This record gives sequence, C-alpha cells and structure tokens, in this order.
Amino acid sequence: MSAEQQERAVRCLVAKVGLDGHDRGAHVIARAFRDAGFEVVYSGLHRAPEDIVQAAVQEDVDVLGISILSGAHNTLVPKVIEGLEEYDAFDDTLVLVGGIIPDEDEDDLKELGVAEVFGPGTPMEETIEFIRNNVPERA
Amino acid sequence: MAGPDASAVADAPTLSEADAALVEDLLAGSHRALARVITKIENRTPGYRAIVSALHEHTGGADVVGITGSPGAGKSTLVDKLAAAYRERGDTVGVIAVDPSSPYTGGAVLGDRIRMGSNVGDMDVFFRSMSARGQLGGLSTATADAVKALDAFGKDLVVLETVGAGQNEVDVVRTADTVAVLVQPGSGDDVQTLKAGILEIGDVFVVNKADMDGAQRTVAELEEMVHRREGGTTGRDAGHHGATSTAPTGAGGSSSDHGDGDRAGGSGHSGSDPHAGDSDGSWTPDVLETVANTGEGVAALIETFDAHAAYLRESGRIAATERRRYAEEIRTLVRADVGSLATAEIERHGGIDRLAERVRDRETDPYAVAEAIVGPIADCVDEAADGDAGD
Repeated sequence: MSAEQQERAVRCLVAKVGLDGHDRGAHVIARAFRDAGFEVVYSGLHRAPEDIVQAAVQEDVDVLGISILSGAHNTLVPKVIEGLEEYDAFDDTLVLVGGIIPDEDEDDLKELGVAEVFGPGTPMEETIEFIRNNVPERA
Repeated sequence: MAGPDASAVADAPTLSEADAALVEDLLAGSHRALARVITKIENRTPGYRAIVSALHEHTGGADVVGITGSPGAGKSTLVDKLAAAYRERGDTVGVIAVDPSSPYTGGAVLGDRIRMGSNVGDMDVFFRSMSARGQLGGLSTATADAVKALDAFGKDLVVLETVGAGQNEVDVVRTADTVAVLVQPGSGDDVQTLKAGILEIGDVFVVNKADMDGAQRTVAELEEMVHRREGGTTGRDAGHHGATSTAPTGAGGSSSDHGDGDRAGGSGHSGSDPHAGDSDGSWTPDVLETVANTGEGVAALIETFDAHAAYLRESGRIAATERRRYAEEIRTLVRADVGSLATAEIERHGGIDRLAERVRDRETDPYAVAEAIVGPIADCVDEAADGDAGD
C-alpha cells in the first residue's frame, strides 16, 4: 500500500559446521557482507547440520554461506541441503560453500544444489557481486 | 481528489490469496511460514498489513517479556538460559533479538544467535534476529508485529531482546508485558545513566554476572533507586494508579549474604505474595541477581516474571497495559500513514529540495509551505467528516 517504503535487505547466514575451529575467514566474510549492506547472522563454531538448518529456516535467510575447512564437506553439505528441503526452504535459499574444496568435489556439490564454491584467495568483491546477482527473488 | 493513497488507508486491508495461504500455514504450525511472515513484516512487503490484521484475532495467548540492557550485560546469554528453562517446563518459546545496523551501509552483524547454545536443534525455540534498519519509529511497529506472529503461531512465551540505548529501543521493549532491565556489576555511574528513560520501564531489575566483584553494591544502588522511584513521580503506570505509593515497603532490602549458597536471585522477597505490601497494590520492581553463564538465578527470575504476569492479570492492570500498548500502536501507524501522505504531497509540490531552495531564496517561508501542503489534506478530512455527519 501507499508510499510506505519497502525495506528489503539481503539476509545471510554465515555458518561454521562440523569439527572445524577455524573461523577467522568466516569473521572476515561476515564483516565484508555487513559492509556491503547485508544483514549477517553468524552461527558460531561447531554447529551440527541440523542447527544450521534451524537457523536458516528461522532467520529466513536469502543466502546460506557454509564455511568448511575440515574436509568433511561431502558429508555435511548434503545433510544441510536435505534439511532445507525438509522445511521447504531449499528452493529460495542461495547456498554457497567456502573453504578448501578439491576440484573434483566442487562439481558434486554443485550437482547437489550448491550455487557456487569459493576457494581460498577469492576476492571479497567477487563473492559479494555473486550474491547480489543471484539472490533469489521472493514473492 | 484526495492524495494518491487516501483510499488505501481507509479500510481493513484485504489479504491476497497467497498471503491467506501463508497465514493458514502459520496458524497450522509451519516454521517456514512463520519465518516468511516475519520477513514480510521486516521488509514491509506490500500486503504485510493484511497479514498482521488477519493474525490479530489469534493473538493474546503469549506472555511477552522484554529484556534490555547495555551491550555486554549478558542479555543474549540470559535469554538463552531463560529459553532453556521455559522449555524444560514444557512451554514453547519465541525470541526476537534486535541488533543495531550501520547507518551508513544498512548492513548488520546479528550476533545474538551465537549465544543460543542451549537451544540449538530445538525447533520449539523460534529465534529470530532483527536489525534496526534505521526505521524512523517503525522499529517498534515491526517488532510488535513480529511478536504477534509468534503469539498467533502459538508460542507460550515471547522474549524480546534489545540493546537499551535510545528511544527506539525503549519503544521496542515497551511493547512487552513485563520488562527486565539488565545491569552488570560495577556499573557505578552507569546505573545513574539508567535513570533517563530505562529505569522507569523496568518491572524487574537484574544484576547479571552476580559472581563478579561489586555485584552487591550494584544491587544496593538499584534498590535505592527503585525506592526513590516509588517515592517520587512514578513512571509509566502513573496514569493508572497515581503516584501515591510512598516509602520503602516490604519490597527490597537486599537480604543477600556473601557466602550464602543461595545468593543468586535471592535478594528481596521470598514470601508468597511479595508485592502486596504497597499501599495501593502497585508493583514494586524486584532487584534480582543472576549468573547467566551458569544459569544461577534463572529460576528465580522466571518466578518473578510469572509473578508479574499474575499481578497484571489479577489486578486487572493487564487491560490498562494492553490499552496503552494498542493506543501507542494506533498512534504510530496513523502518524506513519499521515506522514506518507504528506511525503507524497511534498513530492507533488516539487520535492523537498526545491521547496527548501525557495525558502532560502526568500520566495516563501517554512510555515507557508507547510500550510500549502497540509491544507488540502485537512480539507479532504473535513469534507469526509462532513459527509459522515450527513449520513
């Protein structure tokens, strides 16, 4: 209605999942997203896949960025995606993975529904630009 | 011809088909629908008003507790422990945590969720972070609407958490039935600064981190201030029962001894009817102690929240509280809508910059501009009022 301003903001969940205590990268990403004007929810360390799903559903995020440096991505990411599907939240959530992911696994993750994988050294602008261009349109 | 949107303000908003389905899903218990409704409320997505209107009749079942306090006081940690304790006794819980956003980029890091360690994986604790998107006075409307969504969803308890810094946040927390103000020990002069605005809204004061040095002194200071407030002009309830309560009653008087194992949460009343001592039966705020990290004092805090909720119900004050709250909501909405009308009119007159430049050139003055913009709106209102009278 009326001249009331819509105030849409891109909401992101930056998630650390599994037994991986390295979150410097996640912090840097969270701050860069904030400075890009996004609203960032940070999960904290050592979350189980179902915790991430709970947070993504409740916070109704547009973007879920999963940071994994432990090498367990092939186990953890599918669980997160299954959980999102269970809550009917997968279709309009942009799922990104960051961390150390071997090339051959990258294709498998994308097959699963991960929109993009960002490895070490990816310029921050590239990730932000990717989000801006790919944020799901919502009714 | 009225302003472009005059008709939109007039009647109860109608639900679109998709939104009606969303409301139905929410009422049926879909987490996804609840999350989506809160997003629409936050974004002010067209149609959100109809959604909130449709939810209103389903609200009123939840107790709403507001928690405020300075950054670092331990709000999030305490909320986490509170939620866990409520869950233990079988209640379902909703949490709205408000964090500030950057006035420059609009971005925000919403960090309260990190502290929710006791409730991860428990979907019956619905935790939602909201940012204060620089909404002028609109933040309290958005959070109040989000609380309604959680209430209509069927949550037994809704906790509203916000940094106690500024009028915006005070407005937010005032939409709760029971307000707890969190203070950390050794705040010293901080406690003094609480006087401006925050002190008046507290139904319960909580000295968190009560295992730190200086906790007793902070408790004593707070109790003294609570009693001074009792003796002086009272805060928000003044309109309902006057400022007649005097002098210290049974309330307060820190009974906490060092070395007492039951120290946390043990200050003040322990009787069955702790608040009946006041001459006019008004509520005297408790000063409690907690150690949120360990969960000490949380049970006593919940008891006090329950006591306050019972007090509101039994004394009939809940009606007055709710009336005050809805009155505030109506006023805020009406002001916002009239403001939108005025903004549209300003645009029609060439925009605010052009008007300002004309004032600068001494072509006109601010009063004349305001008259030119509001006059036609007022005429429309008069005309409509006359029409009503003629019916």
